[in-house]
This record gives sequence, C-alpha cells and structure tokens, in this order.
Amino acid sequence: MADNVFDAIVIGSGISGGWAAKELCEKGLKTIMLERGRNIEHVRDYVNANKEAWDYPHHNKPTQQMISDYPVLKRDYPLSESNLDYWAVDKESPYTEIKRFDWFRGYHVGGRSLMWGRQSYRWGDHDFEANAKDGHGVDWPVRYGEIAPWYDHVEKFAGISGNRDGLDILPDGQFMPPMEMTCVETDFVSKLKDKYKGSRHAIIGRTANITQPLPGRTNCQYRNKCALGCPFGGYFSTQSSTYPAAMKTGNLTLRPWGIVTKILYDKDKKKAIGVEVMDGETNKIYTYYAKIIFLNASTLNSAWILMNSATDIWPDGLGSSSGELGHNIMDHHLGVGAHSTVEGFEDKYYFGRRANGLYVPQFRNVGNDKRDYLRAFGYQGGGSREGYKQTPEEMAIGIELKEALSVPGHWTMSLGGFGETLPYHENKVTLDKTRQDKWGMNILAMDIEYKDNEKRMRVDMKQDAMEMLSDAGFKDVKGYDGDGTLGRGIHEMGSARMGRDPKTSVLNKYNQIWDAPNVFVTDGSFMASSSCVNPSLTYMAFTARAVDHAVSELKKGNI
Amino acid sequence: MNRREALSSVALLLGGTIIGSEMFLSGCTNADKKIGTAGLNFSADDISFLDEVGDTILPATADSPGAKEAKIGEFMHTIVRDCYTPPDQQIFVDGMGKLNDASIKMNGKSFLESSPADRKTLLIALDKEQKAYTSSKKPTDPNHYFRMIKELTIWGYFTSEPGATKALRYVAVPGRYDGCVPYTKGEKAWAT
Repeated sequence: MADNVFDAIVIGSGISGGWAAKELCEKGLKTIMLERGRNIEHVRDYVNANKEAWDYPHHNKPTQQMISDYPVLKRDYPLSESNLDYWAVDKESPYTEIKRFDWFRGYHVGGRSLMWGRQSYRWGDHDFEANAKDGHGVDWPVRYGEIAPWYDHVEKFAGISGNRDGLDILPDGQFMPPMEMTCVETDFVSKLKDKYKGSRHAIIGRTANITQPLPGRTNCQYRNKCALGCPFGGYFSTQSSTYPAAMKTGNLTLRPWGIVTKILYDKDKKKAIGVEVMDGETNKIYTYYAKIIFLNASTLNSAWILMNSATDIWPDGLGSSSGELGHNIMDHHLGVGAHSTVEGFEDKYYFGRRANGLYVPQFRNVGNDKRDYLRAFGYQGGGSREGYKQTPEEMAIGIELKEALSVPGHWTMSLGGFGETLPYHENKVTLDKTRQDKWGMNILAMDIEYKDNEKRMRVDMKQDAMEMLSDAGFKDVKGYDGDGTLGRGIHEMGSARMGRDPKTSVLNKYNQIWDAPNVFVTDGSFMASSSCVNPSLTYMAFTARAVDHAVSELKKGNI
Repeated sequence: MNRREALSSVALLLGGTIIGSEMFLSGCTNADKKIGTAGLNFSADDISFLDEVGDTILPATADSPGAKEAKIGEFMHTIVRDCYTPPDQQIFVDGMGKLNDASIKMNGKSFLESSPADRKTLLIALDKEQKAYTSSKKPTDPNHYFRMIKELTIWGYFTSEPGATKALRYVAVPGRYDGCVPYTKGEKAWAT
C-alpha cells in the first residue's frame, strides 16, 4: 500500500474524530487521522498540569497583551495563562462576524476534548421527537431506541460517572458510581422534591470524569485541573482514551499539521476518493486516498471543508444540493440564571475539588406544562462554601481581615441555564471570499443569532432559577440575564443536518452525505435540533454507530 | 498636583512656612519622596513601600507569614504593569504617592516612617474612603487606588505559595471527594 493510501481517513482528532479513529481501527481498517494543528502528547505535553496559581507570573490573570492578541477568546473564560496554547490563535484564523458570534476553537491533536466541560447526558425520545412535533427543522430520522445501545457502547468505554435517577426526561446510562453532593446540594434536592413532587429534579452531574480506574487510566483525583490536560487520565479525552485504543491496534497513523483544504470527489463514481491537505507548517500540498472518509473537523469547520469541496459540480460545495449546508446553526444560549446565599451549615464542609456540579433536567414544556415558547432548558449549578474571595467589604485591615479570609465563609448556591435554540434556516455560515487566513484559505462568515423564542425562554430561565432557590429557603436570591451571544455555549451544531429526505437535509440517518455516501459527518454538524443537554456524548454515540454502518456497507460493497 | 506639591504651594502663597510643615516635609526620607515617581517600572523603593502596605493589610500571624513574605510588592508591580489598562495604571501609580501624602497628613510621617499602629490607622481610614467612594461610583468613574491595592494584596497573597499553603489549607492531589464532612470553627478554608 502506498504511504498515502488508507482504508479510511478521519478529518479531525477531537471527541468525535478520536472515536471514529478508534472504532475504524478496531474493525481492522488502516486509518489516518488528520489534525490541522500541532500534536499534544498525553501527559508529556500537559506542561502546566501540575502548576498552581503562584507558578504563573500573573497568577492566571490575562495580560493586556493576551487581551490584544486574542480578540475573540477574551470574550469569555477561556482566556487564561494556564492553557492559552490549547486555544486557536485568533489572529491566524480570523472569521467574519456579520453578527457577533463567539467561536472558541482548539486546533491541536485532541481538539476541544482536552478542554471540554465533560458533562455527559443522553437525549431522550422527547428530544428526538421535538422537530416532528412542532415543525421546526426537519424530523430526526432516528429515535432514542435506535441510539440507546450506542450510548451504552460509548459510555462504557469513555467512563461516565453519574447516578441512575430513573427520570423519563433524562435516560439513565452505563454509569460509574456518582460523585457526592455537598450537604447544601443534598438539602436543595430534597426541598425541590417536597415542593415540586417530582415535576422538577436536581441530580448530581453526569460527567466524563471516571470514579473507577479504566485500563491505562487512574480514577479522578479531584484536583479540578481538567482543562490543563490530566496526567492521570481522569477524564475522557482523545489523548487519554480513544487515541491510545486506536494506536494499540497498529492500524492508526496520526498526521498533525494536516489542514484539509478539500475532499476529492469523483463525479463518475459519485464518491469521495480522498482529501487534499496543506501542511500547516510548510504550506506544502499532499493528497491522501481512502475508501471512506469521516469528517470530524468540528461543526463549522466541517461545513467549511465541504464548501471548499467538489465545487466544480456543486458551486456551494459537497453536500450543498439541498441548500442546507452551513445553515441551521445552533448552540445553547446561556449566561442566565440566579445566585443565592445559604444560611446555616456552618459546621459542614467538603474535602477535594470536584470538577462537577448539580444538574436540573428540563421541566418546561414537558408533560402538561405549556409555555409561550417552544422547547426547554436545563441548569447546571452547585452549592459550595466561599473562600478568600468572599466579599471583604465589612472587614477592615490587618489581622482581623486576614483571619476572616482564612476560614470558609457562608455557603452559596447557584443555577445557570442552558437553553435549546431552534434550528433556523437563516442562521448560517458562508465563505467570505474577500478575506483569508494565515494559510491563504477563504474564511467563514457567521450570520447567527438567537431569536424571539429563545428570548422568551430566557425570561423563564432567570425566573425559574430564582424561584427554585427561593423555594429552597435560600437568601439574597439574585437573578441575572447577561450575555447570551451564541457561540459561547461552545456547542456549535447543525451545519450539515441529518434527515429523511435528500431535498431538505445534508446527511442520511447514518451520517452519510446524500451526494457522497462514503463520506460520514459525525461531529456536531449532523444535529437536526439541539436539545438543551450537553451534546458531546451524542456525537460519540452517533459516530460509533456510523462507523459500524460504514464498515458493514464497505464489506457489502455498497460504498 | 499631589499632596506634597500642594503643601509647598500653600507655603509659598503664605509667604513662609506652615506650622509643622518643616516636620512634615523633613520627615520624608529622600526615598519616600520618590514613591510612585518611576512610572510603570517601579523602583526598589516602590516595591518595598508596597510590601509594607501589603503587610499592613495582611500581616504575619502566628501560623502564617504576611504579605511581604509573599513578595506582594513585586506581584502588584507585575499585575499593574502587565494586566491593568492604562487609566488604571495611572491611578495606581499616582495612588502610591497619594497614600504616602495621606500618611503625612494624618500621622505627620511618611508611611515607611510610621509606626505599625499608625500605618494601620491610616489604611483603615483609606479603606473607609474607598468603600464610600466605590459604593456610590458609576461603572465608568475611575477606580479608587486603595481598592486596587487592597484587592491585589488579598488576591496576590491568597494565591501565593505561602498564602495558599499556610494561611489556607492546600492539598495538591486530594485523591478523593467527600461532599459533606464536619467542619470545626477555626479550621482554615481550602486554598483552591
């Protein structure tokens, strides 16, 4: 076999790309995984993983230079001294904002699997049926029953800790033992139960931090330094999990600095035959060939690659025949919720740093509840004790101040909403042919916003959070509705939705491009709606299922 | 015009000296006069001045060192130089001189020459001043220099190695999580 010919090509090495590579390799396919950025080796390259605030010159505060160098990243929490080089360099990879859109990217091996929030929830029938019921977007060609075994499959390997809560709205999975709640959280859960009699719940977050060891991985050590890369392999990432599994087969080739500029399409065979790659360091062009291609470059970049591919046949790119490529972009809208202080529990504390919190599953527009908007939202939250950051307003100067700040303060409890956005055709990305990135490629232009439905939902997101905290007897309840700019959920979805009809969707039910059935798009691009739960686990499940289908079709000679 | 210049010009206006002003001014060492005059490249005198101010805000106690031992002066310099916006930088630099002038006005001595008790009395007064100012200021109004100094001291100290590991409790690798454990009054808070 020539050194540029493989059975399968995977474009992208993040959560879904890593999964595609692992599954393809384990099924015996010689696979190359292309990553546009540098390599980050597990453990060895987690250069800050054991540092504390005092090891950074600015104790982890962004400098004015960083703020000026990172005009997008500075808009939210990612800009920090501790993992700056895990985020794409804004100036090298600009994008056009027809409307403001905050795009936080990881251009390196592992992608955002290194920095993700790790919350992992299954969708339920409620979510898969949503489009069909209210007519927004196109009907999902898949229901929960069909994807449930694949959730089982990915949960067992990734390692998801959580409690089996038995809720219809949020199906249980193959969980490792849950993390514990703080005493204030336990109190909140029981108050909610008393008040709402089972119509609203709070549960411990289900997270891809393992509470029992897995092969090659140590259980979570409760350092709460996940976003620096975990030397223990305590959470799921490409590096800790899928990449070593794929390498173990002997079938994987990893190619960092491989920027895919286009998918090569053969119009006679009506199939893709390979990819063109620009080396990110030398700008030299290479080609790789394979029987099947998995596109996992992240939602907006996968659309970007397709828009640059097969343009001699479809001017708007491979997969554009329906007119939906690059449209229906979704994210979760957030930045709205409530805080409170909690009286009592002064004789209670906790040990360890839990990188997890509480989760309140969706309860609006569920059952008989009907609101003046469609779909719903969930909350992530938590109850903890204040430390030295507690407001020192009433304390003066000297020993009294120091002693007051050296002991734990009062407890606080907060809830932050994650709202579903509808799939609007007009929320789209297009190519801006007037501007290029560092590599001379046309960049994306974002024309995405949330609309009236989401605005009405945000009223409830704030109000319900305040109400639940008040109902629990907590004090100083303060609601907030801050910046909900799309993108900052870092849950981009929908640029190449799946559906039942090639006229209205880009992909079929197995994530195959209708116009090129040997190309599978299994990152967030395929999402036909967004639900309100964190999406990565769903990408994992659909990726594993798509690989299974791809290899089966390959064996049958169908692709 | 800072407080020192004001004193001098008042003296000139009156055609002579103000009672006590000789003491005020002669009380300043040469170094004190230069506090805050080096711009963003703080001088060694600026750093030790900030060390002493920080150590008054968070002094050494039986079980943990004060802010000076955490090199709070250097830390303030680094943050002001690299992380502050130009308007805030100016406020901070001017503020060092203002703090020293306030010391002369209140205690008749520069900050460094004042007794620990006088230093504390001064900073308590300045803290009251900044609280009153901050609570009524509009978001676009300038920040108060003493609030900056206090904030940087607290944040810098409790995220420094001595502060986090001695004034607070720090465990690098907890290894487990217990969600609800008994707490006895007086036990220190977790550093992170």
